[in-house]
Amino acid sequence: MELIIQDIGFIIGTTLMYATPLIFTALGGVITERSGVVNIGLEGMMFFGAFVGAAVAYFSGSPWLGLLCAAFGGTFWGLIHAIACVSFRAEQIVSGIAINFLGAGSALFISRLVFDGATQTLTVVNKIPQPLAFLFGEGKMFSSSGFMGLVFNQFATVYLAFFMVALVWFVLYKTRLGMRVRAVGENPEAANTLGIDVIKIRYGAVMMSGFFAGMGGAAMSIAVVSRFSNTLISGHGFIALAAMIFGKWKPQGALLACLLFGAAKGFEIYLGAKGVPVAGDVLAMLPYVLTLVILVSFVGKTTAPAAIGKIYEKGDHI
Amino acid sequence: MISGRLKALFLRGPIGLTVVSIILGFTVGGIVLVVAGFNPFEAYGAILKGTFSKPKYIAYVIIYATPLIMTGLSVAFAMRTGLFNIGAEGQFIVGAMVAAMAGYALHLPIWLHVPLCLLLAMMAAALWGGLAGYIKARFGVHEVISTIMLNWTAFYLSNWSLTLSGFGKPGTGKSFTIQETARIDLFSQWKISKEGIQFIRSHEYLGDVLKAPVNLGIVVAIVLALLVWYILNRTTLGYELRAVGFNPHAAEYGGINVKRSIVTSMSIAGGLAGAAGALQVMGVSHKIAKLAVMEGYGFDGIAVALIGNNSGPGSVLAGFLFGGLKYGGSKIQDAVGAPTEVISIVVGTIILFIAMPKLIQTLLKFKKG
Amino acid sequence: MTTITKKFGDFVANDAINLKVHRGEVHALLGENGAGKTTLMNILYGILQPTSGTIRINGRELKVTDPNVAIRHGIGMVHQHFMLVETFTVTENIVLGNEPTRSFGVLDMETAEREVAELSERYGLAVDPKALIQDLSVGSQQRVEILKTLYRGAEILILDEPTAVLTPLEIQELVGIIRNLTEAGKSIIIITHKLGEIKQVADFCTIIRRGLHVDTVDVNTVSEAELAAKMVGREVSFKVEKKKQVPGETILEIQGLCVEGGRGLPAVDGLDLKLRKGEILGIAGVDGNGQSELIEALTGLRKVKSGSIIMRGKNITNLSPGKIIEEHKIAHIPEDRQKRGLVFEFDIAENLILQSYGKPPFSKRFSLLWDNIYQNAERLIEKFDIRPQHPATPARALSGGNQQKMIIAREVSHEPELLIAAQPTRGLDVGAIEYVHRALVAERDRGKAVLLISFELDEVLNVSDRIAVIYEGKIVGILDAEGVDENEVGLLMAGGTA
Repeated sequence: MELIIQDIGFIIGTTLMYATPLIFTALGGVITERSGVVNIGLEGMMFFGAFVGAAVAYFSGSPWLGLLCAAFGGTFWGLIHAIACVSFRAEQIVSGIAINFLGAGSALFISRLVFDGATQTLTVVNKIPQPLAFLFGEGKMFSSSGFMGLVFNQFATVYLAFFMVALVWFVLYKTRLGMRVRAVGENPEAANTLGIDVIKIRYGAVMMSGFFAGMGGAAMSIAVVSRFSNTLISGHGFIALAAMIFGKWKPQGALLACLLFGAAKGFEIYLGAKGVPVAGDVLAMLPYVLTLVILVSFVGKTTAPAAIGKIYEKGDHI
Repeated sequence: MISGRLKALFLRGPIGLTVVSIILGFTVGGIVLVVAGFNPFEAYGAILKGTFSKPKYIAYVIIYATPLIMTGLSVAFAMRTGLFNIGAEGQFIVGAMVAAMAGYALHLPIWLHVPLCLLLAMMAAALWGGLAGYIKARFGVHEVISTIMLNWTAFYLSNWSLTLSGFGKPGTGKSFTIQETARIDLFSQWKISKEGIQFIRSHEYLGDVLKAPVNLGIVVAIVLALLVWYILNRTTLGYELRAVGFNPHAAEYGGINVKRSIVTSMSIAGGLAGAAGALQVMGVSHKIAKLAVMEGYGFDGIAVALIGNNSGPGSVLAGFLFGGLKYGGSKIQDAVGAPTEVISIVVGTIILFIAMPKLIQTLLKFKKG
Repeated sequence: MTTITKKFGDFVANDAINLKVHRGEVHALLGENGAGKTTLMNILYGILQPTSGTIRINGRELKVTDPNVAIRHGIGMVHQHFMLVETFTVTENIVLGNEPTRSFGVLDMETAEREVAELSERYGLAVDPKALIQDLSVGSQQRVEILKTLYRGAEILILDEPTAVLTPLEIQELVGIIRNLTEAGKSIIIITHKLGEIKQVADFCTIIRRGLHVDTVDVNTVSEAELAAKMVGREVSFKVEKKKQVPGETILEIQGLCVEGGRGLPAVDGLDLKLRKGEILGIAGVDGNGQSELIEALTGLRKVKSGSIIMRGKNITNLSPGKIIEEHKIAHIPEDRQKRGLVFEFDIAENLILQSYGKPPFSKRFSLLWDNIYQNAERLIEKFDIRPQHPATPARALSGGNQQKMIIAREVSHEPELLIAAQPTRGLDVGAIEYVHRALVAERDRGKAVLLISFELDEVLNVSDRIAVIYEGKIVGILDAEGVDENEVGLLMAGGTA
């Protein structure tokens, strides 16, 4: 019995850990798409953030500085995406594809420069801390390998991710700014007639999406693992994008979807450790199939922001 | 008159946009190199040298370009019908998996085994792509989302298939090697025979080419590119698909079944990406291995299609450009010490500028005064 | 507003128009489609800038450079197409851009809801402040739009065709709201072409015809018929030459047709119509009375809810567009040329085979026969005088008139038995209009049936042999074009009774 509880704790713990990078990135997706701009470049932004986070944390010894720089690194690519999509009315998906090449390419480029030609950073000694670590371990309140330890002895980024979900939800739904962002994503012409600066709002939202995706990358490279490598991100940005859509463009929905994808990873690792590889692959496949099934069965009930992907031109309606 | 129209096509049309974007891409790449403390001319020179200076290099570029041309064709074909096929990656995986299965499990004469293997792989991948088309036509789910899901489903499906006894070679994380009769390598047997070794030693150029794993893949790729061009421009099907891509409302008004066109287009796109996967197995790897990360053939195919202006011939040219950059780019690390990934920056920048025709037009006008 | 003139290129949309509105008055702006009413109001609201003329509010001259200036000076506009965020609540829509907040920009929705409730009570605009827009009826959405302007302190409200999308009951409610507003001292400018409503709510009425100020009248002193006469005008424009012809047998019969519109409301509502060979039947009516839905139903582009469409004795209700074109010989010049009628990126030759690409001589089995396609294009370009004359010119590069010629060439070249022409001259210059009219008459002279749908009354009067007037999805009268009384048609169009 105790073993089963411990196993459950292990699965929950790994779920939370693997869901965290996705949660940050998916939140970024929520913000940009709510303002009406598609950002398929989350993958590249996350990739870049993962590198910057690990590199800065390695050199400075401060994981927090790494996390912050990763966020600003992602913001930079958000700015590029915003310039292309908002100012030059680029095809948003094409621009996103470009960002994916640029984010990944520039991360590896810089990595080779500063880490002697390697496409990975050296091991980061000072990872993101585990803030509740004092509660767990030998002679402490809980054992670190027990259920409580496995579930709650998490990296700070895990707690931060949950906090950010609440914060983004609050800003989007409870503040003036959030209401304007949502209005711009639904009906930019209407927002414009009421004196709201559509361009400015969209720039901000797209840059924030880069900010969060960058953090998501760092949450991977300096928390889940302790270094950046060229295969670290590999598709997580796309999964976050899917989670955001699966979560119906809502922060809380995206959170649940990310937990689902994280759980699949958790089970995969758990079963892999138990030596049941067959079920692992099938299980890993499940959330993607499930997402498809759910998207298909909610036919007609689109909840996407109405103006998403549409190029906005001021005075278009005249 | 003719030169006037050419000029118009160049200045306002797609060719000019692509050429200017490519120039800007290399310029930005060059600037990045300068900032990083390298001589861009040396670096680009190293790429050129690493691409063209030896027959073997050119052979490698062709081998690199082959799958990219085909995934590029896949993305381009869908794009002409107004669909964004992010799913070439997954369709590639499905094609490779089915080719590996058919190549190993069937025992047939070579003249039947090779085409059958390719056909089965293309059909499976066509179903995979067509599924995304069906989901869009029937349920209105955007193909970008469904194909991302299908990519990962294919990814794990392929890995799972390796756990099947009779397909996965136990303990290796790889499949069994396909039969000789399913391979499209050129002279593979002969190359390791006595005469072959003798020939390679004694013929400087041809021998050098043969050092690379040359195979018939490129022939298939070019045939498929011609076929894509033919379907799009010379058949009623192509007319329907292009009409739907440009203006679905007018297509519907003209009596074209828009939903069926979407499924057809995604199926063909899937088949093309599946062919890429199949040829990679039949000509280069001869097996599939457990995937740790997405290999990126499908994603690179998006770049190829965008740079190739979504046309058959354009995808071939862009495929060679990308293949050359990928192969030649891997040389600059040793030659000048500059990171290979400058190639991704160049490609990304090219696509970014291609996404902004408005900016390019403004730039061109500005230059003209 | 004094001597307001607005030119778009050579086209004069407003020609020295004067408009004076007093506090607490309802002023109607009457005119046909395209007369220049909306242009004038867009100038007042700052969406467009006048070429010349001045605007004074409370005696002070004002440059309305953008809508924000108009809003600041107490002008509010309710657009014909609502500017609402569908997924937001009533309150959120009303306060958007002017949100009451607590510290740190946190929304104060309680205050907002209270203010909205107060406003709606004060002016009798019943809405639930917490309801989502997408759950509201069109009438309620309109009340939200009115509240939006009041929330921003509007003293002058512009209502652009406010009744176009309302049900009769909702129209009565709107009338009540307008009364409440004027009693509170607000001024209302209402753009309309429905005479009954003007008589019912307006104090004064300014009539505009083809950009010119015709008259401003006290509504109480004129009859509906007089208003109609002023709106339609007496002047005789160039008549289309056509010889007398006795129409043949019935080719198209529509019985009890019902079709739903975009918002799920019945757009075509029990419509009956018969069309004979060798005649042009013109459908006269104001925009939004079911014309678009009727055409889409006839051509298979929209589902028919009930009723039947019989073409040459065969039921073609709810067949696919391809079948209707090919087997039942119906050709269609679409209302929205650029959306439905052509593919911008295709060249002339490709556009000319939009329905016939799959048939000989343009294709054989699966292959397109480009030589034949281009020969066909050259022949039609010559015959229909499409310019530029090169078949490889993309449609995007053609002028509106030549795009329309191309569409007509294509449709007529199918040898249809019935040609549906929807708004065939919209946006065309005089020469092209004449060309289109002649082409329609030529089809009729060849013994084919032509169904002409137009919002331009002159066009319907000049080209048709018979005129059917459509109002709220029904045919409310069929008249012989020979010696028809224009005012009678105008009255029917506006929902009056002849």
